Amino acid sequence: MKRVVVVGNGMAGARVVDELRRRDPHLEITVFGAENRPAYNRILLSDVLAGKREDVTLGGVDGVQRHLGVPVVSIDRSAQLVTASDGSRTPYDALVLATGSEAVVPPVQGIAGPSGLLLDGVFVFRTVEDCNAIAARAKRSTTAVVVGGGLLGLEAARGLLQHGLKVEIVHGAGHLMDVQLDPAGGTILRRAVEALGVGVHLGSFASRVDGTRHVTGVGLADGRHVSGDLVVLACGVRPQVGLARSMGLAVERGVVVDDELRTDDDRVFAIGECAQHRGSVYGLVAPAWEQAAVLADVLTGRGGRYTGSRLVTRLKAMDLDVAAMGDTNPGLEDDVAGQEVVVWADPARNTYKKLVVRDGVLTGALLVGDVSTSGLVTQAFDRGTPLPTDRSALLFAPRRGGSGVVADEDTVCTCNAVTAGEIRTCHSLPEVVLKTRATTGCGTCTSVVKTLLSKAVERTVA
Amino acid sequence: MPVSTHCPYCALQCAMTLTPTAEVGAGEGGLCRKGWTSADLLRSPQRLTQPAVRDRKGGPLRETSWDEALSRVVEGVRRAQQSTGPDGVAVFGGGGLTNEKAYALGKFARVVLRTSQIDYNGRFCMSSAAAAGNRAFGLDRGLPFPLSDLSGAQTVLLVGSNPAETMPPFVQYLQRMREAGGDLIVIDPRRTPTADAASLHLAPQPGTDLALANGMLFVALEEGLVDKAYISERTTGFDEVQAAASAWWPARVERLTGVSEPDLRAAVRLLAVPRGMVLTARGAEQHAHGVATATAWLNLALALGLPGRPHAGWGTLTGQGNGQGGREHGQKADQLPGYRSISDPVARAHVAGVWGIDPAELPGPGRSAYELLDALGDGGGPSALLVFGSNPVVSAPNARHVAQRLASLDSLVVSDLVLSETAAIADVVLPTAQWAEESGTTTNLEGRVLLRRKAIDPPLGVRTDLEILHGLATRLGVESGFSPDPALVFEELGRASAGGVADYAGITQQRLAAGEVLHWPCPAANHPGTPRLFQEQFATADGRARFVAVDQPEEVEPVSADYPLRLTTGRVAMQYQSGAQTRRIAALEGDAFVELHEDLAQRLGITEGERVKVSTARGEIWLAAKVTDAIRPDTVFVPFHWSGKKRANTLTGDWLDPISRMPAFKACAARIEKVSA
Repeated sequence: MKRVVVVGNGMAGARVVDELRRRDPHLEITVFGAENRPAYNRILLSDVLAGKREDVTLGGVDGVQRHLGVPVVSIDRSAQLVTASDGSRTPYDALVLATGSEAVVPPVQGIAGPSGLLLDGVFVFRTVEDCNAIAARAKRSTTAVVVGGGLLGLEAARGLLQHGLKVEIVHGAGHLMDVQLDPAGGTILRRAVEALGVGVHLGSFASRVDGTRHVTGVGLADGRHVSGDLVVLACGVRPQVGLARSMGLAVERGVVVDDELRTDDDRVFAIGECAQHRGSVYGLVAPAWEQAAVLADVLTGRGGRYTGSRLVTRLKAMDLDVAAMGDTNPGLEDDVAGQEVVVWADPARNTYKKLVVRDGVLTGALLVGDVSTSGLVTQAFDRGTPLPTDRSALLFAPRRGGSGVVADEDTVCTCNAVTAGEIRTCHSLPEVVLKTRATTGCGTCTSVVKTLLSKAVERTVA
Repeated sequence: MPVSTHCPYCALQCAMTLTPTAEVGAGEGGLCRKGWTSADLLRSPQRLTQPAVRDRKGGPLRETSWDEALSRVVEGVRRAQQSTGPDGVAVFGGGGLTNEKAYALGKFARVVLRTSQIDYNGRFCMSSAAAAGNRAFGLDRGLPFPLSDLSGAQTVLLVGSNPAETMPPFVQYLQRMREAGGDLIVIDPRRTPTADAASLHLAPQPGTDLALANGMLFVALEEGLVDKAYISERTTGFDEVQAAASAWWPARVERLTGVSEPDLRAAVRLLAVPRGMVLTARGAEQHAHGVATATAWLNLALALGLPGRPHAGWGTLTGQGNGQGGREHGQKADQLPGYRSISDPVARAHVAGVWGIDPAELPGPGRSAYELLDALGDGGGPSALLVFGSNPVVSAPNARHVAQRLASLDSLVVSDLVLSETAAIADVVLPTAQWAEESGTTTNLEGRVLLRRKAIDPPLGVRTDLEILHGLATRLGVESGFSPDPALVFEELGRASAGGVADYAGITQQRLAAGEVLHWPCPAANHPGTPRLFQEQFATADGRARFVAVDQPEEVEPVSADYPLRLTTGRVAMQYQSGAQTRRIAALEGDAFVELHEDLAQRLGITEGERVKVSTARGEIWLAAKVTDAIRPDTVFVPFHWSGKKRANTLTGDWLDPISRMPAFKACAARIEKVSA
């Protein structure tokens, strides 16, 4: 294995290049990226839209041939040659498809303008260019409609709010983030979003985009109309599999790969959002990076197996945190042996938490509004570690500060390992110093010692 | 008449007074129980007062004269030199040795033994932070500012440090900071007494602090809290670090470390203040990626514009009594006095000049501590070893293996004040003086040089390490250059360090005795010392601090079905280091234990105080269970001060940092079991 060609310079492609280089400094690595810019961190795009960040470039290792702004045109599997748009032909020993996915544009009436492209004022939300274009348009807009109330739509809404726009979210399902949240969690989320002045329109799909030269709003299937001079489509993504199809590889929703991320061609691999593993196509970064690490092991002869990823979805938008993972809606009424569903709802504070436990292992969890225990919950879900006997430890961060009661066995002076009980046998500070040396180290226990002494005196008097 | 000196234990080097009847008094900063009881060992029946030799491997130690003992040392040295050459003899020093001893030991190895094989236990302690500090600042002084600066900070972030137990009088500085409205953040997998008193406690999985630091930098970038003017005026290399940090968004950090995003953000907001301070310690540094971890925290401090500003910056809390001075004057494998590199021709020429030898005669760099111990005897390396001020049978990682290597030596010589576990397997044991019985200097955690004064004479039959080195040098044919007088050795150290990074040339015992407060560098007799470094520029060639991009590596030993828990090791309040001294002081109570979470205990059916077995792929030990809610349920903690079947380092592994060669003491995979009745 000498020459590796990676098609795609997104989160997955850039990552596998790093992982390969880290393992083997001698590999010849070539990357083709369709976008004419260094790899960047897609996680941060909502920050770009919100104007909080400009540079989201990912660091890249040295010694890699990078062809940026040069899409791959065709691949000859028998000759093991990659032909790119600049006419170059690059041979490979292993080929990695990391072509990612593209934004879904729903086939609704009026969405295409006279040119056949999206109507002026309508955008998808996928690349840095998209973000820049939306931000530029936002400067001369007053109301934005976000089509799609999933994770991406909420992040887009957050970015648009930062530009001072009135924002409306249109979502076909009955509650926001319906892929991750149960209806109760979705309701809490909607209330929190509405509290920020965002309009939320649920239960009906966008069926029409209004406007002739510029967009003026969105029409819903149930007849409602939502006005806006800027529309962001956040209707999900679709794996980019055109190249794989043209190569004759097995493609279903994504490029089908086995546990070594290998397609049905031994020399061709696929990772990231374009890959389909054991029936799953992942749309998050964490699985793509896990796949990149396994693939780098495979390609450098270390051996590795990818067995699937556990998905944790995090939303940080509009001052509202959401953490969602696993199966969060098994149905409370289902009387499944070994299943527990733990729920905490505090609508007044827009807080909702739910744990789904099967046979003592966390199989799903929701934290809406308060994610102070998200670290614990995420690790318990991720690793299947045993759960605390008291499940509430996963729902609430420990409250700080004790009752003020100091038990006799509590250590008061750590410098000299003196307990409250020993202090209580004394009657004055000099006696404490003489008998225990408490307060003679760092001195930070002096006030506690004095309090204990005064109470001892009171007790004696009484 | 009480004599002013300093405590024999940790790097805080608290001032104390001692009377000839060995009564301890506290100086201004107070003392902890270890300090108060330190004099109990001066008159202890457990003191060694006569040299001893072993006539055959496995035989008993036999008390003998100094003459025979030193002859035996010399015979061992000669045999090793004849079979393997100069590098057949090795020297192992300690961070508790005074500056004079550390200096003399390094000189003895290079000039008398001509060996490159010298290193010391500070490799297990400060090497990662030292390498990170050198790389970023061009200079490693634990705290580049006086300790008292802590009191004026707005926020202090402690990473992997528990001073409330390990360095109690230190807490007064944190307390003053808190009383003035400051915040303390503690990062520790255990809710230690230090963490319990903090404004914010983050409890990451052991070994993931690097990702946590990068995650904090991510948040600082996102929230616009980095100091762009400082970065452009005083640093280089930020772009790569910014790119590395951008891969650690909070949800990813959360997944690896277990630290929730709200806590992560809270920590960044507290730290991003003009007087913010980041202090790392062994919890962050004792990993196979210890340099990278310390660097990640340095990067964060630099990005927030902290180092070189008053009451702000990055530092590391040095552990051993002379952990700072001990790493400056030549007992480290790659180093010459004055914190000079043994590979630097200019440094070699200078030091060789002071030592009166040809620079070509100076050996080059030798093996690092663990690699040296691993090479001994049947490891194919040196066959003779001289140990001063260290107890590697207890304190080295993978200790069972290390003990086997030590046992396979042709000649093991140990100088100690008690029969430590290492002395107990030695071929020659040399009884040495204690801190109160000789004078000398130490350099504390803030780089301040302190004078320890002699209060009493050592017991009859005991010699100081300087006297021992003098005697050995003479017998090995070097008649001059190894004075037993600490004052003369310190003077020579000053000359040897002159012009180096750690320049002591202007520090004299007279100035110290007169009460002058002197932090190095202090290049001239009229120089006031340097309490605060980096105010105008850093010690790098261009005067700018270096950002270095680092990333969290794979775990050296992931948990598995057989070993499902993470073991971390550390210290307790009543013991010091390998416990050779403190375990022999009756007033310092307590026994070894394994700390585990109550949920874990309940699942395993383990109750408080029960004796349990703790094992790793290296071995197993038996300890009393300490059941608590103050530790992560996936982590167990064992203090490393005990030996035999309670020895924590039986469990630890020998993965080393690629730069510092620091072993991974702080995270490996372990199992805990009930012991069937």
